[in-house]
Amino acid sequence: MKQLLEKHFGKFWLALVFAFLYLPLLFMIVFSFNSTRQDARFTGFSLRWYEALTRDTKIVEGFWLSLKIATVTGMLSAVLATFAAFVLVRYRRFLGRTVFSGMVNAPLVMPEVIIGLSLLLLFVGTQNFFGFPQRGMGTIILGHTLLGMAYGMVVIQSRLLEMNRSIEEAAMDLGARPMQVFFLVTLPNIFQAILAAFLLAFTLSFDDVVIAEFLSGPGVNTLPQVIFGYARRGINPTIYAAATLLIVTVTVVIVAYAVWVARATRRRDREIAAAMRAETVALSTN
Amino acid sequence: MAISSIPMPGKRFVIGVPFVWLFVFFFLPFLILLYISFVDMGSDIHPFKPLWDSTAGVLKLKYENYLSILRTEEGAPLFKTLYVDAYLRSIGYALITALLCLVLGYPFAYFIARAPESVRPALLLMVMLPFWTSFLLRVYAWKGLLADQGVINRFLMSIGIIGEPMQMLYTNVSMLVGMTYVYLPFMILPLYANLVKMDFRLLEAAYDLGTTPFKAFWLITVPLSKAGIIAGFMLVFIPCVGEFVIPSLLGGPENLMIGRVVWDEMFTANDWPKATALAVVMIALIVIPLAIYYHYTGERDEGAKS
Repeated sequence: MKQLLEKHFGKFWLALVFAFLYLPLLFMIVFSFNSTRQDARFTGFSLRWYEALTRDTKIVEGFWLSLKIATVTGMLSAVLATFAAFVLVRYRRFLGRTVFSGMVNAPLVMPEVIIGLSLLLLFVGTQNFFGFPQRGMGTIILGHTLLGMAYGMVVIQSRLLEMNRSIEEAAMDLGARPMQVFFLVTLPNIFQAILAAFLLAFTLSFDDVVIAEFLSGPGVNTLPQVIFGYARRGINPTIYAAATLLIVTVTVVIVAYAVWVARATRRRDREIAAAMRAETVALSTN
Repeated sequence: MAISSIPMPGKRFVIGVPFVWLFVFFFLPFLILLYISFVDMGSDIHPFKPLWDSTAGVLKLKYENYLSILRTEEGAPLFKTLYVDAYLRSIGYALITALLCLVLGYPFAYFIARAPESVRPALLLMVMLPFWTSFLLRVYAWKGLLADQGVINRFLMSIGIIGEPMQMLYTNVSMLVGMTYVYLPFMILPLYANLVKMDFRLLEAAYDLGTTPFKAFWLITVPLSKAGIIAGFMLVFIPCVGEFVIPSLLGGPENLMIGRVVWDEMFTANDWPKATALAVVMIALIVIPLAIYYHYTGERDEGAKS
């Protein structure tokens, strides 16, 4: 009886929280197909908001700009995060290590408002004294990279920590130079984590509005900035259409990835089982 | 072991690249922030005035930038300013949000951890999926859901719970719903990571000895998951204090939080020293709970090692 109660309560609670998590997504998907600007009544199916989306030059331009910024941010973050993770994992002792680890981790807990504000002050200062950089795409990338690097570092650091060092040592024993060891042994081993760091930084950058608001210049508007501007003004189903496209993309990518991982695991299990069977057969015939 | 003890020719380069990067784009900006918070900007808009007064030969730090956070004018009562209100409100929202996330997320994480091992990855994937889609868009959706003529009000009216629309948007309701919604996964994931490692045979032992499920939960599960609770609480509390987007979209003028106030001082009032002073106090508010947290967890780690 007790366990029955627990089981049903558990299912109820899981359903409740999942409903909470998915309600806004479902809402946007449904109302992106609405035929009027109505927000609470579904008046009929139409694709007019998708059509409006493709004609909205601000959104389209913002999308391409965000894509560029996110791609550069992702690559820059992945490279810097690899450096930072390598330093923290491999160099246990050097002057300023505490300061270094503090600086790497701090952006994780700093409010974005403060990261944006302090970088803005830096760029205003350098503009005053040296005349560059102009605020725009470049400064947004620098701001996003600070955040992406910190998150990427966490991912790569944990991979480096669990990596088996003996293969590196074997390569050294066989006469590989440190650079060769890194590029031929270490890098392929942590490549998945670097890719994950890239994706994480890409997503953070593609989604960020606060840092971009501080660091963008006149006429430079990323997609989140455009959406933020629309959102503050009121209801606009065009945004629901954009959201629906994003939800579909993310869902397809993530589900495909999960299925791929599950298949690979199952295949490996099958191969191991087959190998075991073959061994048993071989043993019994002998 | 072997590699790090061999002097690597590239070591200086490997450390140097991220170090210089972080120094220029994180540490230096923070120093400038601190610097400007002490500048007496006066009427001319030049925030990079020297603090060193060469005629008098003294360092002129304008503490009034900080004092004016605490009182509107000299002699006015302390702590009665919109800034203090905004700080308190930010901390209040962050605390309530963290508590709501805990109440919703704890049973959720617990039941996922106790679900059959084969379905757990799918359930976790379902938690992460909304998290990967745009944060901004998900917050925006609540605007439509909570509006006076929105889906939720219409639904409640159609089943007869309320006679006329409740105002939920631009109130504490919409603020807390939005913040809880966004930060719930930050609570669920550390709690799950903690609970999944728990040995549930301990509970069975307690049942065998005649404990009620509630008592067993309270005396065994909760204390064992303390680290997960604290981690989740910090992960929700800290970003909530500095939240900017949610109050901008879902809050009204009465729901002003400190992130927005900093923005307004910077770009609307153009009072850079005030904006930076507010930011410095905000950092202190975040660093203090964090320092307490590290103090306790650090001590426990050392205890575990010895």
